[in-house]
Amino acid sequence: MTVETVIYAGLLYVAFVVLVGGLVYRVTLYALTPAPLRIPTMPAPRTRRGIAARMAREIMLFASLFRGDKWAWIWSYLFHMSLLLVLLQHLRYVLVPVPAWVRIISPWGSDAAFVLVVALAGLLGRRLLIARVRFITAPSDYLMLVLLLVIAVTGTLMRFVDRVNIVGFKAFILGVMALKLHALPFAPLIMVHVALVAALMLIFPFSKLLHAPGILFSPTRNQVDNSRLEAQGVGEPREVAAPVAAPQVSPRQL
Amino acid sequence: MSEAIAPPVGDYVPVPRLREGAMRDVKSFKASANHQSALGFPETLVNDWRERAVQRLGELVEGSRALRVYLDSCVKCGACTDKCHYFLGTGDPRNMPVARQDLLRRVYRRYFTWAGRWLPWLVGATDLTEDVLDAWYTYYHQCSQCRRCSVFCPLGIDTAEISMAAREILDCVGVGQKYCNEIIGKVHKIGNNLGLPEPALRNTLDGLEEDVRDQTGVDVRFPLDVVGAEVLLITPSADFFAEPHIDGLIGYAKVFHQAGISWTLSSEASEAANFAMFIGSYAQMVKVAQRVRAAALALGVKRIVVGECGHAWRVAYAFWGTLIGPLDFLDPRYPRPQHICEVTEGLIARGALKLDPSANDDKIVTFHDSCNVARATRMGDRPGGQLAIPRAVIRSVCAHFVDMDPATIGDRTFCCGGGGGLLTDDLLALRVQGALPRMQALTAAVAEHQVTHMAAICAICKSQFSKVLPYYGLPRDMVVSVHQLVGDAIVLGAKE
Ligand code: SF4
Ligand code: SF4
Repeated sequence: MTVETVIYAGLLYVAFVVLVGGLVYRVTLYALTPAPLRIPTMPAPRTRRGIAARMAREIMLFASLFRGDKWAWIWSYLFHMSLLLVLLQHLRYVLVPVPAWVRIISPWGSDAAFVLVVALAGLLGRRLLIARVRFITAPSDYLMLVLLLVIAVTGTLMRFVDRVNIVGFKAFILGVMALKLHALPFAPLIMVHVALVAALMLIFPFSKLLHAPGILFSPTRNQVDNSRLEAQGVGEPREVAAPVAAPQVSPRQL
Repeated sequence: MSEAIAPPVGDYVPVPRLREGAMRDVKSFKASANHQSALGFPETLVNDWRERAVQRLGELVEGSRALRVYLDSCVKCGACTDKCHYFLGTGDPRNMPVARQDLLRRVYRRYFTWAGRWLPWLVGATDLTEDVLDAWYTYYHQCSQCRRCSVFCPLGIDTAEISMAAREILDCVGVGQKYCNEIIGKVHKIGNNLGLPEPALRNTLDGLEEDVRDQTGVDVRFPLDVVGAEVLLITPSADFFAEPHIDGLIGYAKVFHQAGISWTLSSEASEAANFAMFIGSYAQMVKVAQRVRAAALALGVKRIVVGECGHAWRVAYAFWGTLIGPLDFLDPRYPRPQHICEVTEGLIARGALKLDPSANDDKIVTFHDSCNVARATRMGDRPGGQLAIPRAVIRSVCAHFVDMDPATIGDRTFCCGGGGGLLTDDLLALRVQGALPRMQALTAAVAEHQVTHMAAICAICKSQFSKVLPYYGLPRDMVVSVHQLVGDAIVLGAKE
């Protein structure tokens, strides 16, 4: 058992625990924090079903961003969709047996990796070139893009330039998952790739990457427009009828 | 206070170059000790302001899911950066919505997040210093809380929520804004923003009755404190005497008269505005709204109708249920509360008003969607009714109606430049420059369609436009109330 094996296994365990624990903590906080006032951005749907459709448009099509900034939409949409494909393709390294659908999308996943690199370059270019965007960018915003870019590039290189011992690596991963360590094959590319992925997992619950669960809890998007009792007694009754509060009450006491 | 200069209207140059610090010195006057104490806020900057500010920020985040999620989630995509009229008009990058949010977010990150605590330089977290507090005061009073930015944000981040929170923190450490806090004090003491006491109000209304009688020969009433009336009308106090608001009030009265609806104003709640929303004070918002509930109960009315006021309609439509609800003592056959445009549109639709649109034949009218109405409320049963219903009303009383550039109306409407507690002369420079996008669209409509009038349903919009139109070479009386158009077209006494 090499030192690298132990270090990498440890890193992956820690990253996994931090990612899952951190996200559960954050999401719980979001869910438990009260939202006493209705603030949907109108026109908003009047039913739960309508809200489901609105959220789907936001999450699957980035509808608001599309209205707001076409170039940002293009880069960001390409980035998220190719990332999704690449992640799905990666299932083949952690599942035995590899499900048929993962085999089928696998070649697309490899192509998507190129798109991923291009999209990340586009996002980075925007950030550097547009003065308005540069103004609002902190070092961590650049760093996150660079991190993703290096992950994507090392991944692509492994597949197309310097093929690594993926079978040996899968054995290591399966071992980690089964809590039985197998030796990590020595291959610098894959080691960089995995270490940076672990870093990304560690950053996730402490950074703007929280936008992923955040959007689900965004009151301007997920609230139903039902704050008024409807005429003729039709329509939904109010959900909240908060007590008529004494003047000095703050929302958190409700 | 710098001098107010209108930027050149030009043709649509949507995005200005960054002019860092351009608006740094445009600050509205701070509240004096008695304005502060009247609302229970510290009179001047407290000694332990830093601790108190951080503590209040923590409390607010714990009490508001919007705040918590929005402070975490911004990905700095920049989609909002060119959406704010104050940025478009001034070029000051701190007026880009995300940069405005960041003033608070940086401090939040510093004191409440792991990354900001340990690696502030990396994530752009900053200590709460006097400079930061000063920047908060300046730039959170350069946000009209219009929520245009939130329309385009992929995460729905609502800068208004953040600017309200920042103002609440400022109030809690003793740095309030004079304009808002003085006005809220007047509401508590006298009953309305303008400080119009009951006898003066009664006088004004009597005067209006006479004027209308002289003009039309018809006895249109302007009732005050009538117990047992069917409708309580809650309207911004500007409607009682300022131009062009007052013609709107005459319009409401004619509608009620002609439809045979008994109605009343209340001297206890002679104000629809609830400026407590602007300062982000939940407690004050409840207190101001409470007057309406109390007045409705005391007068025993069956319906509450809200006059032409943007943010008041937001508070009424979206917040009253939480603040003073349930309004279950009102007649369930009507929306609770109801907007005056809904009332008028309903009456027109069932032919209860006789109208002569030729009274407005001298006008080519366009309509300014007020941000709070367009982006925070609804009218009628269908989503988007808040955009359709006022237009339907205008079309039925006015033969010539055109819309401005579609990118500047509806839910993409540009703020008038004076909303959110900024309608004060100490911010005139900001107001004039912030009106630029609306003025560009209006100027284009004037050139293309010979538009002569712009109708609005918000007291702040009307006052703001009356003030800034001349800076752009347009006549100040171009702005009219929607119900002025209605009032002029109603044929009184024709119904028998
Ligand atoms: S659009 Fe939203 S996510 Fe993008 S920079 Fe603005 S506030 Fe942040
Ligand atoms: S709410 Fe309106 S004024 Fe405030 S930052 Fe957004 S666009 Fe600008």
